[in-house]
Amino acid sequence: MTRPINNNWLTRFAFATAIATLVLIGVGGLVTSKGVGMSVPDWPTTYGYNMFLFPISKWVGGIFWEHSHRLMASAVGLLTTILAIWLWVKEPRRWMRWLGVAAFFGVVLQGVLGGLRVVWLKDEIGIFHAALAQMFFVLLCAITLFSSRWWRNMLVMRKPQIDGAGLRGALLLTTALIFGQLLLGATMRHQHAGLSIPDFPLAYHKVWPALDANSIAAYNAQRVETAGENPITAFQIVLQLAHRFVALVIFCLVIFCARATRRNLGADHPLSKLSLAWVGLVLVQVALGAVTIWSNKAADVATAHVVTGALTLANGALLTIISFRVLIPARATVPAASEPTSSTFSPGKPAASSAK
Amino acid sequence: MKMNRRLLIIPALAAGLQAAAAGDLTGTVTLSGTAPENKVNQALADNPQCGPLHNGPVKLEFYKVGPNKELGDVVVIIKNISAKSTGESAAPVVLDQKGCEYVPYVTAAQTGQKIVIKTSDPVLHNVHIDPNPDGPNAGKAKNVAQAPGGADVTVSFAAPEDFLRIKCDVHPWMFSYVTVVDHPYFAVTGLDGKYKIANVPPGKYQVEAVHRKANAKAPLVKEIEVKADGATLDFTIEVPK
Repeated sequence: MTRPINNNWLTRFAFATAIATLVLIGVGGLVTSKGVGMSVPDWPTTYGYNMFLFPISKWVGGIFWEHSHRLMASAVGLLTTILAIWLWVKEPRRWMRWLGVAAFFGVVLQGVLGGLRVVWLKDEIGIFHAALAQMFFVLLCAITLFSSRWWRNMLVMRKPQIDGAGLRGALLLTTALIFGQLLLGATMRHQHAGLSIPDFPLAYHKVWPALDANSIAAYNAQRVETAGENPITAFQIVLQLAHRFVALVIFCLVIFCARATRRNLGADHPLSKLSLAWVGLVLVQVALGAVTIWSNKAADVATAHVVTGALTLANGALLTIISFRVLIPARATVPAASEPTSSTFSPGKPAASSAK
Repeated sequence: MKMNRRLLIIPALAAGLQAAAAGDLTGTVTLSGTAPENKVNQALADNPQCGPLHNGPVKLEFYKVGPNKELGDVVVIIKNISAKSTGESAAPVVLDQKGCEYVPYVTAAQTGQKIVIKTSDPVLHNVHIDPNPDGPNAGKAKNVAQAPGGADVTVSFAAPEDFLRIKCDVHPWMFSYVTVVDHPYFAVTGLDGKYKIANVPPGKYQVEAVHRKANAKAPLVKEIEVKADGATLDFTIEVPK
């Protein structure tokens, strides 16, 4: 069987699957933001109907969003299955074929988690469902990158450089922190308590709000939760404060990464360009976070915050992956710093380079 | 055998005498402090199926406060009374879905008492029974569809629980709270802030008044002696500052 090295259509298909997944994350975000995740009480049927035969006339209220989410998820499941088969049949690299298998099982697990969240009535499953969605999106972005001609030709076009500034570690750390931040956000959202702090940048008009029982009682007494949200707790307030603090740390780290990348690799390096996009995404994300609070968690704004979070994570993951391909750790060059051996993702041949 | 029958009659007579001697506990609950303004339920108004079921704007009435600060939807419960639930033989508590709202918004029921959830609406709802997931009624959680004209949903709870939520996720602004009590001595205040707990056996009691928003975590408790001709006990619940 012929396994061509370059398959542009496969790359395009993987990209389309990733975009469909991003849309799916958005629809899922709307379901949670609008508090309608349980509006279809059965699964895998929809109000007793085969999911694909549910009459459009019954797509009303929250059912519209939850049912759309299920159909969109089915479409992503189909696309992912095709992608996995395509990779298995046509992809020459064994590890890439297994990435396709991982994507297939990931989408199946994600579907089952979504269904169990409905039939088991467990909010906690929603957190795992949200976290897995982000990981799955990153996986599809990575498959798209790995299958691209650009990835294969990268080391031909651009020799690996020495990572004198510890960029690989910084990018990896920042990306891991973004994932942690997304977990924090998912935990906040899936406790279905609405906004635990209604103001920004202060919190209940203070830098550090009162968290004693009387104060929590006063906060709850004054809240007007329009969707029957749970009363807030001190833990949830601390969770949102942690989310704000981690956002600040991520913002600083992304700025640092972008500056360090530009300084060490030059403005025209792909890592520098992608880092600049990362800064833009983080700026948008911080703004959306603020507007989420100022709008009293308007569903569309909160969902845009979720989607931008996914893009920020994917951008960081791609930056990290590329950095491990094009940068060589400084310690690998010792004792002959001028003759680096290979990068993590190199094809195995020594690749000479010089530090900038 | 005749002797045994007489022995059975004695406690029945005693219970009858006690009921005859029992009085009503009545009172009024008022609110102190400033409650947040009840907002217009814009989601309901904007919904193409539910909005037309109302002639004007509908408010989310978390605080039902009268002109003299009488407070509705306050659950008043006698706490230290030695009485058992009569829920299984009591008439069911009925919750209706009307105009895409739960009516009543706050109610109370005994353990074992049937709670019948019906719909008067021409739109599809789901009935989501949502007890505290860490509480004793957690196993009673369920979520079922209820089409227009569909069968009533009946549920009962074995353990006491404050403000157990029942909601609709198709229309997420629709929710109702049921406080479950393990005896029959409780009441919920009306729009006039008044309550009445009937046939309370004479004795000294602790009575709690709790409003879901104003003092759910710190119920107001007072002591009262109920005599054969009843007693009056008023409460003033303060909105926490």
